[in-house]
Amino acid sequence: MVPISYHLVLSGVLFTIGVMGVLLRRNTIIIFMAIELMLNAVNLSFVALARHLGSLDGQLIVFFVMAVAAAEAAVGLAIILLVFRGRETVNADELNLLRW
Amino acid sequence: MITPPPVNWLSLLPGLILTVTGLLILFWDLWMKPEERRLLAWLGFIGFVAAGIVSVLLWGRNESAFNGMLALDAYALFFNVIFCVVGAMTILMSVHYLETVEIQPGEYYALLLFATVGMVVMAAATDLIVIFLGLETMSIAVYVLAGMWIRRLQSSEAALKYFLLGAFASGFFLYGIALLYGATGSVQLDKIATAATTGGVSSLFLVGIALLIVGFGFKVAAAPFHVWTPDVYEGAPTTVTAFMAVGVKAAAFAAFARVFLHTFGSLHAEWEGILWVLAVLTMTVGNITALVQRNIKRMLAYSSIAHAGYLLIAMVAGRDLGGAALLYYLVAYGVMTLGAFGVVLAVGRQGEPNEEVSDYIGLGLRYPVLGAAMTVFMLSLTGVPPLVGFTGKFYIFSAAVQAGYIWLAVLGVLNSVISAYYYIRVVVNMYMYEEGGKTIEALSARPALVTAILLAAVATVFMGVFPSASISLAKESFLPPG
Repeated sequence: MVPISYHLVLSGVLFTIGVMGVLLRRNTIIIFMAIELMLNAVNLSFVALARHLGSLDGQLIVFFVMAVAAAEAAVGLAIILLVFRGRETVNADELNLLRW
Repeated sequence: MITPPPVNWLSLLPGLILTVTGLLILFWDLWMKPEERRLLAWLGFIGFVAAGIVSVLLWGRNESAFNGMLALDAYALFFNVIFCVVGAMTILMSVHYLETVEIQPGEYYALLLFATVGMVVMAAATDLIVIFLGLETMSIAVYVLAGMWIRRLQSSEAALKYFLLGAFASGFFLYGIALLYGATGSVQLDKIATAATTGGVSSLFLVGIALLIVGFGFKVAAAPFHVWTPDVYEGAPTTVTAFMAVGVKAAAFAAFARVFLHTFGSLHAEWEGILWVLAVLTMTVGNITALVQRNIKRMLAYSSIAHAGYLLIAMVAGRDLGGAALLYYLVAYGVMTLGAFGVVLAVGRQGEPNEEVSDYIGLGLRYPVLGAAMTVFMLSLTGVPPLVGFTGKFYIFSAAVQAGYIWLAVLGVLNSVISAYYYIRVVVNMYMYEEGGKTIEALSARPALVTAILLAAVATVFMGVFPSASISLAKESFLPPG
């Protein structure tokens, strides 16, 4: 059987890739994808820990997280679309109307 | 056969009232004539008032519901009343504003109610996942609210920035929950507290706590997680800014304080160092940057960051000393900030926002009532006695001194002195000069908005002069028996 640490390390690596994606990429859609990667990395942790601890809580939590992520995607993509209609760009560096 | 567990509906009642009102608004909006839309505001207002009254009637209960996932205790009810008052005041401020900026009232009021449902859930949650769900319910509604001024490009940009950074922070928050789940085997706060006191603390546990601090730090706008705040507060419609500055911050502090002061109370020594640094950074960054702001919404955004710093001092002071001071200061901060945004709304209108501090030149001479109200809010935010801002700061700093954080209190007082510069500047502009700026008119000061401003001003003065009732209420709410 694969030990729990493997899952946790994989989840940590995926989470870090997601964080790096948010910090380094400039296209807001890619940034949003990186955020989804972070959430799914956490889901992996929950499932692995649920199996390790022998409790169902972790698996149930994943359903909640997926539902929340779907709601976020609906709202987030709509906001990105709204910005694109007004500005014809979704590049984070060009969204600089608000700056002192 | 599986018997369903008994459901304690009372614990959900305030949230249910708000949800049903929100749905009613959405459906009614479909059938009503466009010129009748103003009625939606009053329906929303009634919803907030009803939920607030129900919360007051439920006062004194101390129950747990849904298998230990929600609590119906004084703490949750205290915050319910805050959220309902903030929501009702926001509606009073929005009635006329929505027409001038052409925001669709149906969706706006419904989202305001749904965001408040999220806040109510956050304050009542005794399970990390329920806190997460409340946080997201609130945040997703507020992301949309921030972008509702469709004609203004800044508004959609603010919504996008808020959304991306908010979702980023909830990723950290969720990872923190996962690690705590791994370390303790549960996401329920009481079980985590038991595990913390009996089983010792693993490094997994500590990293989990640190990630939770990142998640909460973002929502309360603590430095260095505050960078989104000025942009979002400036870009969002002003009523939404007021709602975010007061409601969202209070909700985030409600969950933050329940988790850290109650659940992790036995680990105070582990996290007080981090929060100490955050508190000092937040106050200093907020106040110093506010000094150079020319736009009043941005200035109030930095001021709200600085106030998050003062509130963090109360967290550092710990459960027994800081808890009641935290609740009292949240109320104090709420009334004075809502009032200040109300005045900003009164002088602004479509195409002519009048948001520069220099626009306020001579305003106090031409509009004595509005000027007096703004003076009260600015002096109270500075912390001048006998206003509520002074009493609140006094309780926070004395809690810090009693808990042995002398330096923290000293830095807090120094920061208040710095903040006097930019708050008083508004007052000076209003009264000391007559010429030099635009001669702006308070054309948007309609009855509903003026009522909200006056209510906030009266509360600011009254709670400052007679603090004992609200202080004892805060004490009673913070320490539920058991």
